[in-house]
Amino acid sequence: MSKAKSKSKAKTNAKAKSKAKSKTKVNKLQDVPFNNMVIPGEWHVRYNYSVGKVAGHFFEGLKERKILAAKCSKSGIAYLPPRAYCERSFEACDAWVEAGHEGTIESATIVTAQFEGLPKPPYAIAYVRLDGVSTAMANFIEGENLSDVTKAMAKMQPGARVKVQFNAKPEGRITDFHYRLLKK
Amino acid sequence: MAKQPVAVVGTGQTRFRSHHADKNYVELAQDAAKLALDDAGMVPDEIDAIVFSMSPTHFMGVNDVERWSIEHVWGVNKPFMRVHTGGATGGSAIQAGYFHVASGMYDTVLVVGADRVAETPDSQHVLNLIWDRFYEHDFALNTVTMTALAAQRYMHKYGTTEEQFAKVVVRGRKNALKNETAHLKGSITVDDVMNSPRVSYPFKRFDICPRSSGGAAVVLTNKDVAKEKCSRPAFMTGVSSITHSVFMGDRQGYWADTDFADQDGYDRAAQECYRQAGIIDPVREVDVLELYDPFSTFQFPALESLGFCGRGEATAINEDNGWEIDGGIVAVNPSGGTLCTNPIGVTGLVRAIDAAKQIMGRAGDMQVKNAKKAIATAIGGSTQFFTVSAFSDDYVS
Repeated sequence: MSKAKSKSKAKTNAKAKSKAKSKTKVNKLQDVPFNNMVIPGEWHVRYNYSVGKVAGHFFEGLKERKILAAKCSKSGIAYLPPRAYCERSFEACDAWVEAGHEGTIESATIVTAQFEGLPKPPYAIAYVRLDGVSTAMANFIEGENLSDVTKAMAKMQPGARVKVQFNAKPEGRITDFHYRLLKK
Repeated sequence: MAKQPVAVVGTGQTRFRSHHADKNYVELAQDAAKLALDDAGMVPDEIDAIVFSMSPTHFMGVNDVERWSIEHVWGVNKPFMRVHTGGATGGSAIQAGYFHVASGMYDTVLVVGADRVAETPDSQHVLNLIWDRFYEHDFALNTVTMTALAAQRYMHKYGTTEEQFAKVVVRGRKNALKNETAHLKGSITVDDVMNSPRVSYPFKRFDICPRSSGGAAVVLTNKDVAKEKCSRPAFMTGVSSITHSVFMGDRQGYWADTDFADQDGYDRAAQECYRQAGIIDPVREVDVLELYDPFSTFQFPALESLGFCGRGEATAINEDNGWEIDGGIVAVNPSGGTLCTNPIGVTGLVRAIDAAKQIMGRAGDMQVKNAKKAIATAIGGSTQFFTVSAFSDDYVS
């Protein structure tokens, strides 16, 4: 009983003290103890992306192991990924042309760190300009030993040649194929 | 041309660090706004419109967070817009603020924002979401890997080595020692950079900026108010920007009209900015550069595209200490730059603030002597948005 009483007395003293203190402080609201509390959260959002006619035709082509570029006869540019309009001539692209299944590396990297939600490292990414096409398209380079990054990178310099390797059962997705280095 | 000369009369930055457990998002934006208003000697009633600087809100986790921020930056009953061009957001936001004043539509504008990039544990997961779902999203593109690709291309083109890029990090961290708001700072060595864990060739961990939290703000006004409020305003004498398509593959190879390796969106943007600012020879006329450099590989192509040296020459100049604060061709990132501090939504704004402070003589320990002309840049998206802004001790009449 007496213990409880003295406790409540101490509380009153503390209260009085803080009251006296607050009189001299201007920023009363923030004169409180540091608080490290966090409230967790997550976003889950589902989508169904309409591909449209141009991309749809490209994906249908992939099912038949064809990589179809959109060509503008006015500028002479053949685009991969395909697109409806040429950004150089401002005209509609007017022909589908089939890209070669070999090409040239324009840039490459080997990833050795794990990013959340992304593939397990190591893996190699490259921009490759397929034969007959004006622009470069991203994909993975597979089939290489990536354990020595510097050594593997030496083989993936801009100018190195690659071939396109399709999956056994293409399903009309960009992941239906990947690149492999052409052995000299 | 501008109907009204535009001047920076106040700036504010909070300290930048991984986490600000003492404050929430809007309180950080508010702190920055208050600091800038105090620096300008103004109260909220003197602000006619607000531009809010904020990039993807997935990092801090409240969708389109500018709405939550309105009352905290004293925006109620005022014209208010958010600007978002990815990493270039702050560069675009201050240019939007410039247009507000230059047009004569508003006298005084507050440009403000904040970011908390580390509120989510892996920002590269979020950054992968900026690529389209059809053609590129599946190939693990994010700001680290896309920049690694550009860096490898640059290295192949000009022969720059990983060690030579590492020296940019060493200089940045050293410069940041004098910047009280910088996130990373200190004396490190090339070996420290080279021995940090590999992430994506050619990047090691120390080649890459931190994920920063903090706020930044600027007060822009016309020359009459500036005369009244500020003894030494920083006039914005040039603003320009160039935008590329989302596909980085469009900028690689024989047919491309720009080169992904060279950050040559800066080429035309800089020419236009210099034309407006009356800068004929940037090497002779510009005293300070605040470059957007979230990776160690950004400064060399940027310096070349901005006209401070020829293509492929920036590396050798760096070996000769040509980009140092004292005795260099131009003082590059006296603040330590984006390599030391990257609060994405306001990073471009921080570059502009650090440039403007040099002109205003308010850069403290970072002050470059007799700084009369400074340039601030930013890049955003898939190396798509390029902004170049010029600051000067006098306006162009």
